[in-house]
Amino acid sequence: MSTTAATSPVPGKPLKPQQGPTHPDRNHKPAVSAKPVTWKLPVTLLVLAVVAFIVFGLLGPHGTAKFGISSGGDFFQLPAIEVPAYLAGIVLSVIMLGLAGYAMFLKTKNVRPPRWLPVIFTVLFVVSFLIWVVGGARTPSISLAGLIAGSVTLAVPIVFGSLSGVLCERAGVVNIAIEGQLLGGAFTAAIVASLTDNPYLGLLAAAVAGALVSMVLAVFSIKYVVNQIIVGVVLNVLISGLTGFLFSTVMQANKEMFNSPGRLPIIEIPVLSSIPVLGPILFKQSVVGYLMYVAVIVVWIGLFKTKWGLRVRAVGEHPQAADTLGIKVNATRFWNVTLGGAVAGIGGSFFTLVAIDSFTKEISGGRGFIALAAMILGRWNPIGAFFAALLFGFADNLQSIVTIIGTPVPSQFMAMLPYLVTVFAVAGLVGRSRPPAADGIPYVKG
Amino acid sequence: MVRVLKLELKGITKRFGSLVANDHIDVVVEPGQIHCLLGENGAGKSTLMNVLYGLYEPTEGQILVDDKPVTFRGPGDAMAAGIGMVHQHFMLIPVFTVAENVALGAETTKAGGFLNLDDTRRKIQEISDRYGFDVDPDALIEDLPVGVQQRVEIIKALVRDAKVLILDEPTAVLTPQDTDELLDIMRQLKSHGTSIVFISHKLREVKAVSDTITVIRRGKVVGTADPGASTTELASMMVGRAVNLTLDKAPATPQETTFEVKGLTVIAPSGQHVVDGISFDIARGEILAIAGVQGNGQTELTEAILGLQDRVHGSILLDGEELLGRSVKEVLNAGVGFVPEDRSVDGLIGTFSIAENLILDRYDQAPFAKGISMSPAKVLENAKTRIDEFDVRTPSGSLAAGTLSGGNQQKLVMARELSRPLRLFIASQPTRGVDVGSIEFLHKRIVAERDHGTPVMIVSTELDEVIDLADRIAVLYKGKLVGIVPAGTGRGVLGLMMAGLSPEDAHGDAAGSHPAPPTAGTTAGSPAETPAGSPAEPQSGSPAAPQATKQAPAAQPVQESRSGAVGDDHE
Amino acid sequence: MSENNEPRGTAEPDPDRIPAAQSPKSLATDADRVPDVDAEIETPDAEDTAFVTALDTAGGAMQPSAVPVSAQSGTLPGAEEPDSVLRKIFTGNGVVTILAVLLALILGGLLIASTDKVVAATSTYFFARPADFLSAVWSAATGSYVALFQGSVFNPRGSGVGGQFAPLMETLTIATPLITAGLGVALAFRAGLFNIGAQGQIIMAGILASWVGFALHLPVGLHLLLVLLAGVIGGAVWGGLVGVLKARTGAHEVILTIMFNYIALYFVRYLLDSEAFQRPGETTPISPILDPTAVYPQIFGSQYRLHIGFLLAIAATVFVSWLLNRSTIGFEFRAVGANPKAALTAGINVPRATILVMAIAGGLAGLAGVAQVAGTEKVLTDGVAATYGFDAITVALLGRSTPWGTFAAGVLFGAFRAGAVQMQIQTGTPIDIVLVVQSLIVLFIAAPPLVRAIFGLNPRKKKAATGGKSQKAATTGGAA
Repeated sequence: MSTTAATSPVPGKPLKPQQGPTHPDRNHKPAVSAKPVTWKLPVTLLVLAVVAFIVFGLLGPHGTAKFGISSGGDFFQLPAIEVPAYLAGIVLSVIMLGLAGYAMFLKTKNVRPPRWLPVIFTVLFVVSFLIWVVGGARTPSISLAGLIAGSVTLAVPIVFGSLSGVLCERAGVVNIAIEGQLLGGAFTAAIVASLTDNPYLGLLAAAVAGALVSMVLAVFSIKYVVNQIIVGVVLNVLISGLTGFLFSTVMQANKEMFNSPGRLPIIEIPVLSSIPVLGPILFKQSVVGYLMYVAVIVVWIGLFKTKWGLRVRAVGEHPQAADTLGIKVNATRFWNVTLGGAVAGIGGSFFTLVAIDSFTKEISGGRGFIALAAMILGRWNPIGAFFAALLFGFADNLQSIVTIIGTPVPSQFMAMLPYLVTVFAVAGLVGRSRPPAADGIPYVKG
Repeated sequence: MVRVLKLELKGITKRFGSLVANDHIDVVVEPGQIHCLLGENGAGKSTLMNVLYGLYEPTEGQILVDDKPVTFRGPGDAMAAGIGMVHQHFMLIPVFTVAENVALGAETTKAGGFLNLDDTRRKIQEISDRYGFDVDPDALIEDLPVGVQQRVEIIKALVRDAKVLILDEPTAVLTPQDTDELLDIMRQLKSHGTSIVFISHKLREVKAVSDTITVIRRGKVVGTADPGASTTELASMMVGRAVNLTLDKAPATPQETTFEVKGLTVIAPSGQHVVDGISFDIARGEILAIAGVQGNGQTELTEAILGLQDRVHGSILLDGEELLGRSVKEVLNAGVGFVPEDRSVDGLIGTFSIAENLILDRYDQAPFAKGISMSPAKVLENAKTRIDEFDVRTPSGSLAAGTLSGGNQQKLVMARELSRPLRLFIASQPTRGVDVGSIEFLHKRIVAERDHGTPVMIVSTELDEVIDLADRIAVLYKGKLVGIVPAGTGRGVLGLMMAGLSPEDAHGDAAGSHPAPPTAGTTAGSPAETPAGSPAEPQSGSPAAPQATKQAPAAQPVQESRSGAVGDDHE
Repeated sequence: MSENNEPRGTAEPDPDRIPAAQSPKSLATDADRVPDVDAEIETPDAEDTAFVTALDTAGGAMQPSAVPVSAQSGTLPGAEEPDSVLRKIFTGNGVVTILAVLLALILGGLLIASTDKVVAATSTYFFARPADFLSAVWSAATGSYVALFQGSVFNPRGSGVGGQFAPLMETLTIATPLITAGLGVALAFRAGLFNIGAQGQIIMAGILASWVGFALHLPVGLHLLLVLLAGVIGGAVWGGLVGVLKARTGAHEVILTIMFNYIALYFVRYLLDSEAFQRPGETTPISPILDPTAVYPQIFGSQYRLHIGFLLAIAATVFVSWLLNRSTIGFEFRAVGANPKAALTAGINVPRATILVMAIAGGLAGLAGVAQVAGTEKVLTDGVAATYGFDAITVALLGRSTPWGTFAAGVLFGAFRAGAVQMQIQTGTPIDIVLVVQSLIVLFIAAPPLVRAIFGLNPRKKKAATGGKSQKAATTGGAA
């Protein structure tokens, strides 16, 4: 089914000429497939390519950027890649210029650029940026393997958070409360794991806590029909206050008992984990890390291949239609929101059971909002959200690496990057995404 | 093989608060019949059907299936009992495929809850073949024309084994030709043993297809009628009084032409030319009606004139001034009165007071504002005057406009637009969803504005309204102007033009068994030449009934010529 | 209205055609969704419905008008029945508001008690001496709240009248940025925009205002004026930018403002790391102290921190009140907020209104930023906005997006904040309890039926004996 992604139509698929009166009512949403090819994407790409050409190319550093690939314990050793930064900048940005030109050419023919084009472009841009950053650093050498592994690690809570967003919003409930769900999960994981001395129970409790936070969202937005954004915003404040309060009163009073959860062990799969670069990412993770991969795939299959998913998406697109077919709209929403909360709760446990082994105030540090951004950038699709989250994890990781190796780019700007990218994304400069049609609209029967 | 089903509604009452939407309604749908529920907008037909379909619980009364009482807690129960419904506004998910829409709620799955759409595709194919629907199971709904979407809705019901199919105002969005095809489908379904409950307020269709007619008025059954009953009879049953809605309209006395549209093209965001090279003009003291099935460019045309459309080419001249390229505000200030087609969406702000709505496009002008400071007293004062003048039924001008009934809301919008000196008046769907009493009033005001010497442009998808009001009729089809014909042009000709035939061809086609249409140049249709078919039409006493019988066969050739053309698809 | 009961999911304008238009889905009035009945349907509980609608109107792409419907219409002289104000207070939302605050305080009190050591100790012998336990609960909760009150309104142990009322002064000081930022959020709400961005707007205002304050050295009066201007402009530009993006590209303001908050935060961190802003000789990110000519004078002398920023907050409230209810600009804002499509058709320039309202909202938040750097803090840090930007949202919601409601809510939350400091000192109750109480209040206020259910109130007059079932139907029919 090509309807899986709420995105623009499949490239190459001819736009059907509208036969007869296609819009029975002007309020009927016009077919998105009829959306024209705009100049937005080609122009954006061109601007970025020119920026890359000038900054990464012409004004780029003349040093050599060194990227280590293998770490000491790897299965087999690969030599580090050494890239002449200046040349790489020129070459990569010229390719980007070519891609932008191709997009412009397609536009003049009124053909939508293929989907891979912006993806390849993004990859090239990121790579040339990386070479530029490293090439201009005081110590122009980083471990690529470490960079990527670190990115994945940092992306874990973001991925879970964005999956929570996908689950809620596909069913038509806006979830601004991801931050609260993460925080609730992190707190509960810490306290339960500390009390039981069992981080796995902490993990389980985190899911329950996330689900409970989500239930508040569900009850208020579905039963009491309160504006979902309001509930989400207020819930974030509530959870922040609640965890902060309990942290100060309970946890700090007796850290041994309440705030020493211990860590979830890193489970290393023999042999596979020593494959360079990929090994640590895929086969050297904590339970939470493995769960992340599972969750992404399960949510994707669930949403797009199963009866459950069809119904969930129907509820998010056109609840009234779903209702007339005997689907319980509000029950579906309620359970989806709850499920989303549980998923985010697991993500929250990452902070206290994997990253560090104690809870502090505001430990989620705004990652719930980045997760929201990842969901949007990923176009409400679990796979898309996963890659968007990886990108944000990468930016996050790069920021800390950049401070270490010392580059001309202030680390604050690196930290800003995910937010800037999101602004560009929602402004439609990197392709407009369409949320589920009934996202945010309460369903009241009758 | 086909199990037939008898359906009975017994003493159904549905109240919303203090309002009684259905009052002890009794209806029996015999198996294998097309049973029509006839009633005006707001008579309570849809409420009744929503009760039957399990969407509302009845306050009192019983539903009996094959003489056994049943309780429907939701649409699922109704479907299980063999009742299917095609809603007026389709319940299809635009971004899903046909197969996904059909499968939804009745999915066949493989092990593990995985969807098995192949099974659904096969069922769709089967039904498509049986009834000659041409539906691609893998097409996205949003890419399909309305007529096909409607068939998908019917397929949805049939896949669920519906024995009784409720069609709620199914022809509202169809061309006359699509309508005829639908009526054919209904007959076919009947012959396969499916009963149909057909909800409509269009007498012509009702007479053409029904076996039994139940007339509903103000939530009550006022009687049953035979399809053979005269149009006048049905109309007066439906409206509740002798229908005499002849619009007292003096022949137009067009003066100089002050409004001209030349080569107007509107390009939609899709790149489609939704209005395509249209030229027409309107003289002072003349009503030009734009006819056409909804979605053929009318909306965009009016919006282009008002300045709401971005990509517009051509020229729009009012008293020689170019309107194109001006902002909405400038166009309004140039003396253009505009009644949008959907009043609750475009015409007024439900949460604003009536008084504020009455100055919605003049809030920043004297006497309501000085600079940026507004004068609430003046706003209220204005409201009092307008409310009286336009007979808006409300206790106070400070109430929210959303509390008014549809008719009164429309009066409100009309009052606002007509209460200033105009050089052009545009009204889209001026009486949609409005009760008969208000229709009369609104039509009179429009004609009065014409007689005042304003060029008037009416956009209506209701042929009756067009025929009633127009001095000339322009027909749009797929954004193109099919032709401009004089008032009094026959319904058959207009119908064919609405399907895209040029006036000449339309005349030729329609002339098959029908006397030649009135010649061009007539200004106002004389009663004798105006076809019958709905309560909003002139029914000037005795000639009305014979007209109805005379007119009925006129529709037939049209339909036959059409079904002949598509015959290949059927078998 | 009968013909308008269409599926809400499909009622969406083409976003490209009307870039700034928000979906009309949220605009359907109650009557719109009434089933096939062409008449006014009596809503069973107008107060409820109005508020539910208000909070429910996150229609379309989450586009809200978080405003009681009743408040959306401008006030007209004579429009209000003489007794209606009183009636409203006694029968409707007034009671719910009070009960919501009460309920939130009770829950907060229970939370305090649950972590109290004495309570914990007495609970171990609860069955032996339950009274001990209960009195411990009572004293834990009340102890904290008494401290809260003493820290925010009146402290009987203060030295002299001046000292006794010092807490009140502190409350008003803290309320100042809450009020102005809250006004910004409220104003945007009224135009149908969800301004989550007060935080970032405060920061940007703080940056500009503080720079003018410490980098330029100007005469008395002029300097402060420029500081004020710079701050307001900083906030207005930051807010206006969101408006521009929203109007031009249709991007959703909730996402934009959230992102802008973080961008502003990292920007101020960057600046405080740079030579231009970092105080010479400091390694911590802090700016030089503002010139004495650049700070707000204190209203009651140096004894209290209360500065003329508070007077500006009052002025801002008056201004917003006038703007919304008596000016053509406010009419436009309200029209765009309530029904952007109708506004567009009536000739209102919706993109311009969107940009303008976001700029004014940003400017109001900017005023809060100025109050921070030129009033209370006198330096710029990356914590310049504290949590005022987020609190402003709850303030606006509690104030139901009306100017004076926001003012009152700002003072209330200011009292919580001021009192919480005292509470922490006296009883060790963490300040975070304020966040809990604050958010609970807003949640409860948003769901009146919940509050009524908890207090066992049923305001519904039994209507002409139709029984429970139809009563329920009536509710949905009306509020749907």
